[in-house]
Amino acid sequence: MKKALFSALTVALLYGCASTPVETEKPAAPGAEPAQGLPVSPPLAARPGQPAAQIDLSKRSVFYDYDKYDIKDEYRPVLQAHGKYLAENRGKKMLIQGNCDERGSREYNIALGQRRAEGVRRMLVLMGATEKQVEPVSLGEEKPRCSDHSEGCWSQNRRSDMLYSGEY
Amino acid sequence: MSSRTLAALLAAILLLAGPARAQLTIEIIGGGANQIPIAVLPFAGESMLPQSITEIIEQDLSRSGRFRAIFVGGVNTPPTEIAQVDFPEWKSRLADAMVIGQAQRLPDGKLEVRFRLLDVLKQSQIGGIAFTFTAAQTRLTAHKIADFIYEKMTGERGVFSTRIAYIVKQGPRYELRVADADGQNAQSILISSEPIMSPAWAPDGARMAYVSFQNKKPILFVQSLSASKQPAPVANYRGSNSAPAWSPDGKQLAAVLTKDGTSQIYLMSPDGGNLRRLTVSQAIDTEPFFTPDGQSIYFTSDRGGSPQIYRMPASGGEPVRMTFEGDYNVSPRVSPDGKILAYISRVNGRFQLMAMDLESKQIQTLTDGLRDESPSFAPNGRIILYATDIDDRGVLAAVSSDGRFRQRLGIQAADVREPSWGPFLGN
Repeated sequence: MKKALFSALTVALLYGCASTPVETEKPAAPGAEPAQGLPVSPPLAARPGQPAAQIDLSKRSVFYDYDKYDIKDEYRPVLQAHGKYLAENRGKKMLIQGNCDERGSREYNIALGQRRAEGVRRMLVLMGATEKQVEPVSLGEEKPRCSDHSEGCWSQNRRSDMLYSGEY
Repeated sequence: MSSRTLAALLAAILLLAGPARAQLTIEIIGGGANQIPIAVLPFAGESMLPQSITEIIEQDLSRSGRFRAIFVGGVNTPPTEIAQVDFPEWKSRLADAMVIGQAQRLPDGKLEVRFRLLDVLKQSQIGGIAFTFTAAQTRLTAHKIADFIYEKMTGERGVFSTRIAYIVKQGPRYELRVADADGQNAQSILISSEPIMSPAWAPDGARMAYVSFQNKKPILFVQSLSASKQPAPVANYRGSNSAPAWSPDGKQLAAVLTKDGTSQIYLMSPDGGNLRRLTVSQAIDTEPFFTPDGQSIYFTSDRGGSPQIYRMPASGGEPVRMTFEGDYNVSPRVSPDGKILAYISRVNGRFQLMAMDLESKQIQTLTDGLRDESPSFAPNGRIILYATDIDDRGVLAAVSSDGRFRQRLGIQAADVREPSWGPFLGN
């Protein structure tokens, strides 16, 4: 019963995604600071009553080491802020996109990107978000922010991005 | 609002059944040992065909790595019957085999080619056949003649009349294309402004499974090649849906879903129905590939701490680890005779194509690229098509499964990737 309700909501969420525009995220120029390529969340930063969370909510990305999916300690405050925001705003939904650098198998990178996104999802749920609010997906190596064949570029592409509904 | 609508429109998938704009070109890199010297003489009357049929036959045979074309210049009137052939002349030109024939237009407007394959040393006919065809089928007919010659001379089925699929990325545009095995005659099956991945031919050669990002995440489709529009997805679950692989009987699709957590392998019917989970682990399980007998599935898993290749019964059960050398072995593909496992291995930071003899477990390195990926066996098992890159551009390459012969297929100014070799025609 609970499961059926959950899948119904999942389907609703997926169909919601299908009708949203596709070109929202512009890749940053090579060499850009990690967080610069992402929108700075106007609906969130401008919202009154969330002063403590403002700074952290503008950060939307988690970066990883090569072949790794563990979340480094430095990203915990950011995830905590988003988890708290989702907990306090049950109507908000989030898509977490896991990305990889170009090295290795395309399909394995889909799985690795999914692991990265799944790690973020798990953390957000621990911080108070509900399963219904967050969907982890993978873009593998298919949507690189930066396309040079160098570590400078690869480190930007090994990334999870958190996008609120309306941003993807 | 209007910009959102515009973006949605721009991102909409367009389907197109027409010739693709750029053809693949082929460059032969290595030579094979024990090549059969063959003289393909011009066919009498072939100048009225849309294309030179003997030129295509000669190119097919040379490209296979199994034949060496003998110079056929200086023949004034091409022989059409065995009695007209000057065998001592062709023996002195070092041909072991030769092909003669004639083309003509039939009263009903169709075309006809009759040819004979001759043994120069024995001065006898090995085989001969006649084809009736339309002008549009000229290339296919040439490929079929090359297949006939290849099979008679090597004892193996030829793959010249089969087709290949691959992905082309040109700027922001992604295309799924299908072409003849020589890269010519390319057709677009799907065009999108979002990535397309992992094309996989159905065993019937009439449908293709693939992954599309058109809805901002990987979802799985099965599309008939003759379809005029994209059908509904077969897997569009929460999370990612990818890595399709067909069972040899075409009745099942293995794919990777994340609806229950990490990437796990599921089986479903090709319409997405009758879904059941095959692997049960906390690890990444992906890249399923059925063995030709349909009994087992090879896949990639990091359950042992690094990505390695495993095999498990297609009905479920305990996986057995297959690769032990190195810490990154992925993309398993089994040869059509079930004897060779091709896969990609990371060796000193380079991603290279490997072949494991499944009986002796002996491993051979087949390529020396930096980023070789996505291997796909020809249906006769002789050649493995794969993706590599040259000067920062994705190209397709092929290597004989014994590693002796290599060739490259590229399109100017486009990234070509993820080849999938289709089945034999008529299967």
